[in-house]
Amino acid sequence: MNPADFFAIQGRRRFLKRTACGLGMIALAELLHREGRTGEAAPRSDPARPKPPHFPSPAKNVIFLFMAGGPSQLDLFDPKPVMKKLHGEPVPESFLKTLDDALIRGSARVMASPRTFKKYGQCGMDFSDFLPRLATCADDLCMVRSLVSHLSNHDPAQLLMNCGTPLYGHPSMGSWVTYGLGSESEDLPGFVVLLSNSGKGVDGGSALWSNGFLPSAYRGVTFRSSGDPILHLTSPKGVHTATQRARLAAIQDLNRIHEETTGDSEIASRIAAYELAYRMQAAAPELLDFSKESTATLESYGIHNDTTRWFGTNCLLARRMVERGVRFVQLYHSTWDDHSELNKHLRINTAMTDQPAAALIQDLKSRGLLDETLVIWGGEFGRTPMYEIRRGPGMDPEKAGRDHHPFGFTMLLAGGGIRGGQIVGQTDELGYNTVEDRIHVHDLQATILHCLGIDHTRLTYRHQGRDFRLTDVSGRLVHKLLV
Amino acid sequence: MKRAEWARSPIDRFILHRLEVEGLQPSPEAGRATIIRRVTLDLVGMPPSPAEVAAFLGDSRPDAYEQLVNRLLASPHYGEKWARPWLDLCHYADTDGYLTDQARPVAWRYRQWLVDALNRDLPFDQLTIEQLAGDLLPNPATEQRLATGFLRNTLSNREGGADLEEFRVEQVVDRTQMFATAWLGLTVGCARCHDHKHDPVCQREFYQLYAFFDSADEVNIDAPLPGELDPYLAKRPEYDRKRAELLKPLTEEIAELQALWERKLLEAAAQPGKDHVWDRQWEVLGLVWGGNLGEGQLEGTQIVRQEPSRRSKDQKERLLDYFLKNGAVTDPRRFQELKLDELSGKLEALKKELPRLTRAQTVRETPIPRETTVHLRGDFRSRGPRVTPGTPAFLPPLPEDAKPDRLSLARWLMAPENPLPARVEINRMWQEFFGRGLVLTSEDFGTHGERASHPELLDWLAVEFRERGWSMKAMQRLIATSAAYRQSSLARPDLAARDPNNAFLARQSSLRLSAEQIRDSALFVSGLLDARIGGPSVFPPQPENVAMEGFENKWTPSSGGDRYRRGLYNYLQRLSPFAHNVTFDAPPLSRSCARRERSNTPLQALALLNDPVFFEAAKALAARILREAPGDFSARLERAFLICLARPPTPRESERLRAYYDEQLAILRRDSAVLAAAPLAGGNGLDPAEASAWTCLGSVLLNLHPFITRE
Repeated sequence: MNPADFFAIQGRRRFLKRTACGLGMIALAELLHREGRTGEAAPRSDPARPKPPHFPSPAKNVIFLFMAGGPSQLDLFDPKPVMKKLHGEPVPESFLKTLDDALIRGSARVMASPRTFKKYGQCGMDFSDFLPRLATCADDLCMVRSLVSHLSNHDPAQLLMNCGTPLYGHPSMGSWVTYGLGSESEDLPGFVVLLSNSGKGVDGGSALWSNGFLPSAYRGVTFRSSGDPILHLTSPKGVHTATQRARLAAIQDLNRIHEETTGDSEIASRIAAYELAYRMQAAAPELLDFSKESTATLESYGIHNDTTRWFGTNCLLARRMVERGVRFVQLYHSTWDDHSELNKHLRINTAMTDQPAAALIQDLKSRGLLDETLVIWGGEFGRTPMYEIRRGPGMDPEKAGRDHHPFGFTMLLAGGGIRGGQIVGQTDELGYNTVEDRIHVHDLQATILHCLGIDHTRLTYRHQGRDFRLTDVSGRLVHKLLV
Repeated sequence: MKRAEWARSPIDRFILHRLEVEGLQPSPEAGRATIIRRVTLDLVGMPPSPAEVAAFLGDSRPDAYEQLVNRLLASPHYGEKWARPWLDLCHYADTDGYLTDQARPVAWRYRQWLVDALNRDLPFDQLTIEQLAGDLLPNPATEQRLATGFLRNTLSNREGGADLEEFRVEQVVDRTQMFATAWLGLTVGCARCHDHKHDPVCQREFYQLYAFFDSADEVNIDAPLPGELDPYLAKRPEYDRKRAELLKPLTEEIAELQALWERKLLEAAAQPGKDHVWDRQWEVLGLVWGGNLGEGQLEGTQIVRQEPSRRSKDQKERLLDYFLKNGAVTDPRRFQELKLDELSGKLEALKKELPRLTRAQTVRETPIPRETTVHLRGDFRSRGPRVTPGTPAFLPPLPEDAKPDRLSLARWLMAPENPLPARVEINRMWQEFFGRGLVLTSEDFGTHGERASHPELLDWLAVEFRERGWSMKAMQRLIATSAAYRQSSLARPDLAARDPNNAFLARQSSLRLSAEQIRDSALFVSGLLDARIGGPSVFPPQPENVAMEGFENKWTPSSGGDRYRRGLYNYLQRLSPFAHNVTFDAPPLSRSCARRERSNTPLQALALLNDPVFFEAAKALAARILREAPGDFSARLERAFLICLARPPTPRESERLRAYYDEQLAILRRDSAVLAAAPLAGGNGLDPAEASAWTCLGSVLLNLHPFITRE
């Protein structure tokens, strides 16, 4: 424990002893009320209390829309007219020189995108007809077309994108950020994860929002789409609200008595944890209550539409969370893993997500929150320019799909610290390899941290005798992306 | 305090010596109630019952405590407590991991073996040899082969498109790391890609260790449970006869087609990329064989690779069954003509008539040798210099006449000249008794790890371990009966700044219980616990959307007693682990763990306050109190405290809880709506308001810091 933590707890303890007087019988709500009235700042003893960044920064919060499974950049963002000519032909030798991937077979044939593209915004950013809403945000978006991963299977590649390494047991980006900056919210966790999907669950699972070797207070807390949004947030059936508060007060008092007899300093942390738990029980319902949102806002997120409701609810929740000081919100939408029936599945996933994602950016912007919120849209890799060969022959994009492709894929960034209205990076005329501004996942991570005022080489944690960081031993700041 | 009087065992002399150097005094012995709760939790993982507490408090024999320790070491629940650290080391789970995270329905056989082995105090050298190389012992018993299930807790990627060799390599790397963490206390994974200046193991040495495991194949075996074999053997001849009858008319045709199928498969394996249809067939054979049955990965391809004459009867049958079911691609028209589909169905139906033998996950030495090389930059496709199995240079070499295999490796570990394994194991044992090892970083004794707080004590314990015939129970008895262990855990102002982490051991430490212990304790004190030992994993209730975090996972809660079994038996799904375990710091299920965290979070508070399982326990606890104690509040509260905390309440605690109880009772009596919504504890003519108030009070007790802490 560092000295700051220690003093924070000490201060809290003294305060509690004075007000609760051992057998004080003061219900917690009253205690909290008193805190407000006396104006005495109760120092937060939790590990997620706010901490200053390494340097002043535009972005304070992150909303990462993680599109799990590998959305096809060639059918959404990166038009390749040459493919029309090569459709059905083998991939030219020249593109395969660097092919060393175990999964991507060189002998497949080119499949042109069946989509139509148009340029949007003053910057002239390309979007396919499947993303009409995000396209309207073109001038706020930075489209990065030259991302590179070195892994082509979902699990390791998703771990790399989220935790900086394909190995299990490392902290995810959200954990690193809340470890580095803490959270402004006293009533909600600093790192929240929201899930949605088009029928199948999220692959990769909880390792993607794990705290790894960081203290577990930095773990991503999954809000759920049904039942309790936070596990066990509501009282069990049969516990009347009238008795709830008294129960908590009794627990706290008994723990305080025990603390006095044993001197165990961990008890003070336990008491603080129960307080935050209590505040979460009160704050979360307010967070989840959309009744004060205008009809126009609800409509814009697609809350009233069956197709967009799930992802839209999560997007709106994300905005409400950053408004309330949550540091890092991550939405997972799956799955974009379109090995077959590319057209059909892309249509489903874009229909679910396009409108809400655009609404989120516009809503943040209109509330003046976009400047301090970094929004990220993207998955763990992209898809091949060739059709999928494993599922039998067929060039029909209604039946065929594309394979995993980590050598050049697209992501979108907007908001805090990012220069919108530009396209960065370029892939070759087939979309096979990156030819300009190659940006590795670690470079992206270094840049994201930079937007938050964090030097990625200095945000470290000592574990098993070594200093670890999100970007492992690499990562390069990509100045082109920044304001 | 006179020091000579304080010391009880040689351990204490080492501790005292260090305290003297630091100018510190040890703490007095903890009160007897604290001691019995502590040692019971540490040795069997659950709190003591009030009867056990009373017996101990009333036992005036001078060796009452030693008798208590002996009783606990002999308890059948001992193995359940001490299995958990081993399961963390091999990252045991009931599913494959990776995208599809399929079930491994017989993973529990290894867990069962482990609990039994620990209960019968299988010496550490045997435990080591059987887990690493039970299959290589001369004429191994089924039980000894089953022990190699330790190595089977690596992940299996059954996702289409996965490169077979890539993920086999991942498994071998994982086994190498697991081995190094568990027995050498070394984190060797970093050497996979290149040398690190300060690491004790360089890249070449990593692959020399890797080579021991590179030749191990995954294979499931028939490991009949008691009572299974006789009915099976009785039916088998009839089954064989019927099977032969079904196959007979087409013997030649099938053989011909199967030979073609195998030839095509082997061609694809030899020249990938030439024919994608057959690439895919080969891939599927490797990946999907035995999926959802937890069968070994690559078992199918290994059988095809083997000369037909060298295949066992069982292998031949299983391959034939697989071919008939999946081989139509060889010649679809012929398959249809011969109605092989139909035949396959009949064979399957026939098999269902044969009594089942429960299988088990094991490894065996591969019949098809592999050439092991260094992987340049850790990339399995960049094959560097060839290596043979060997041990790191900083440790003694394998004996010259030893065959370089897993058995020799296991024996080498236990040889007197090898200093590490005994220390590493003793250190983990110490950690269970004091909350931290003599070397804090139990997973890393290397240059990156922490230095030992008491190096001479660690040495002495390691020698003692060997001299006591590697008996783990003997060592645990030695530690648990020491004065150092029996000290009070009360905080001391003189230590707060000097030794905040309690490395010098001038007192005991208060430790939050593990995820499993917290749930087990709540079930135990409430009387809900189903204490049956062993068997397949169970699905206790948890919020239904937890399992949905993973890929198409489902969670159908068990019924009856299986809802209330010890946490050891909970089904562990790698992609969406049991929610309660995650909240209380059980380690991720995909990585070897030698040391758990102990966090303190609001989510833990929410779980204890609101998880229906804990509330159900509060109700049952209330019913128990009302049943077991007479009508007077104080007597009941005393009983409740004895059940939960092994001690009576202090006057202040009584006073506060009395006020709480009275307040609750008043609300419940006054407001019928509250009462109607309130849970009833038991019925049986109990006053509903009173029963409900006790439920509220029970819930308070289950939330108390001292309830989830061992002091």
